[in-house]
Amino acid sequence: MKSLKQRYMRENIMKVFIILNTILVITPLIIILAYVIVRGIGAINIDLFTQELGSPSRAMVGRPTGLAHTIIGTFVVDFLALIIAVPFGLGAGIMLSEYPDHKLNPLMRVMNDTLNGMPAVLKGLLAWALVVKPMGSFSGLSGGVALAFVMLPIIARSTESALMNIPWSIREAGLAIGLPRWRVITSVVIPASKTGLVTGLLLAFARAVGEAAPLLFTSFGNNYKSATLLGWIFGPVDTLPQRLYSLAISPYKHWHQLGWAAGILLLLFVILSFIIARFVAREKKY
Amino acid sequence: MQHDNNKEITSLLKKQRPLIYRWLGDRIFSLFIFALGITVILCTVLMAIVLYSDGAPAINKFGFFGFLINKVWDPAIKIEFGAFPFIVGTLITSVASLAISFVPAIAVAIFTAEYSPRWLAHITDNLINLIAAVPSVIIGLWGIFVFAPWMRDTFYTNIYMWSMDNFPSLLPILGNPIGYGMATATLILAIMIIPYTTALTVDAFHKVPKEQREAAYALGATKWEVVKMAVIPYARGGILAGVMLSFGRAIGETMAVAMLIGNKNTLPFTILGPASTMPSVIVNEFREAVENLHLSSLIAVGFYLFIISLVVNLVAAYIQRRFSITGARTV
Repeated sequence: MKSLKQRYMRENIMKVFIILNTILVITPLIIILAYVIVRGIGAINIDLFTQELGSPSRAMVGRPTGLAHTIIGTFVVDFLALIIAVPFGLGAGIMLSEYPDHKLNPLMRVMNDTLNGMPAVLKGLLAWALVVKPMGSFSGLSGGVALAFVMLPIIARSTESALMNIPWSIREAGLAIGLPRWRVITSVVIPASKTGLVTGLLLAFARAVGEAAPLLFTSFGNNYKSATLLGWIFGPVDTLPQRLYSLAISPYKHWHQLGWAAGILLLLFVILSFIIARFVAREKKY
Repeated sequence: MQHDNNKEITSLLKKQRPLIYRWLGDRIFSLFIFALGITVILCTVLMAIVLYSDGAPAINKFGFFGFLINKVWDPAIKIEFGAFPFIVGTLITSVASLAISFVPAIAVAIFTAEYSPRWLAHITDNLINLIAAVPSVIIGLWGIFVFAPWMRDTFYTNIYMWSMDNFPSLLPILGNPIGYGMATATLILAIMIIPYTTALTVDAFHKVPKEQREAAYALGATKWEVVKMAVIPYARGGILAGVMLSFGRAIGETMAVAMLIGNKNTLPFTILGPASTMPSVIVNEFREAVENLHLSSLIAVGFYLFIISLVVNLVAAYIQRRFSITGARTV
């Protein structure tokens, strides 16, 4: 048995070690955030929201450049992804939580986690092979499909846990008054877990909005606004993360500046969806 | 009065919806839900099939293992492809970043879950979750313009100069200190997976029942002894699974690595010099690949990446199942 003094000393050493490590970890994280926020705010101006990017020479001769088309494109692609992913994600979540005895459920849970852990590039390759190759062109739709693969497992998991939060007694009450099972699910369980479902969607959105890798070879990117309305869906579309990557690796000083602006916009999107998700989740608790 | 009531109830029961609404409705609904839900399984299967079939030309040409161990990646002159350099790059960067991040990540988790006062734990917890959500392109942006130049000026050049004076034999291992290379990518990767490991470990710590800690305290244990003897052993399954998942993250991490690793496709890789990983080569060359064989080679690299990620994820799932202690309080 070690002496009490030794044990206290070890206690203090570990305490210092843990606190030092925490500071060591938190510091770079705060530095990154601070850099993105400070440099990003410095790069923001009104042109950013009204102008399109154009060719590199456009920035060099000093004409206004912005990311208006990128912001619109981000919303187009992400909402397409949401529309595609939501029915499947909800279905999977309902299956996992409402039919817990189903034979496929254990496999599905593992597959869902696996899909969630798959690198986003591979989801992009999948969307490329499924949509871009047959259609013969890069398109916003294929970007939406790629991001839907990112969202699907997140929505499935969050739906499952949101529905699980509803006590079984409520379902039993529904069944006891003679409702068939499907009515119990659609008119009792889902309305009761609305906030949880919305939170899950927002988290999936927040995750997908920052993914650049799958978009590089699906929605591809575009320096200009789409001429037609359908062009946003069937033509190449710019999105914030993919544009941010292109700007950062470009050789133009002015575009680097725009990159920081894209960075803070993207960060804003992510943080806003998080804050809204927290806000929605706080509203009601079971 | 009593009679009336009974009558009302019986009439209600008689008015029950037809069988078709109950029986068929349930059947249709559950079929519909299963059809939607099954896509989650299909997606993963489809991914394997698509990656294999689109990568088949390359895999057939160079052989399943031949492609794996071929060191040449030459899309310009010889038109010969092999995934070996990228597999090496991926394994080195992800293992090294895991080794760097493991202890700090667990320490932060111990701090938030056990040591810190509630308000501080709340802040660190939220901060960690926030950082885990920051898109990897943003971290790559910071890496390109701030971190890599700073590391080059403060460390890499000095290390290089020092070894030039004292250990010239080290130079081939060190490589050119241009700032964009293996070391930078590994460090950024470590910074990126720490929040992830920490979040999963904190979850594992929170699952440890209070009684477990109280029992250790009651025996006179100090705080660290409680953590060491009661908390960590109990949470080890969760920690291990979390580390495994973080490893999967590091393997698949694309954008920040592609932006910082310098993209060199030929072995040997050096510590400070440029290198490549499997996701980074896909991202860098896929848009520019003209040759069909080049394209299918990139997809074949994706196929091997798929297999590695699949194995890592399945092992994580297995660990979680195998080591999780059942019979604890489940609320």
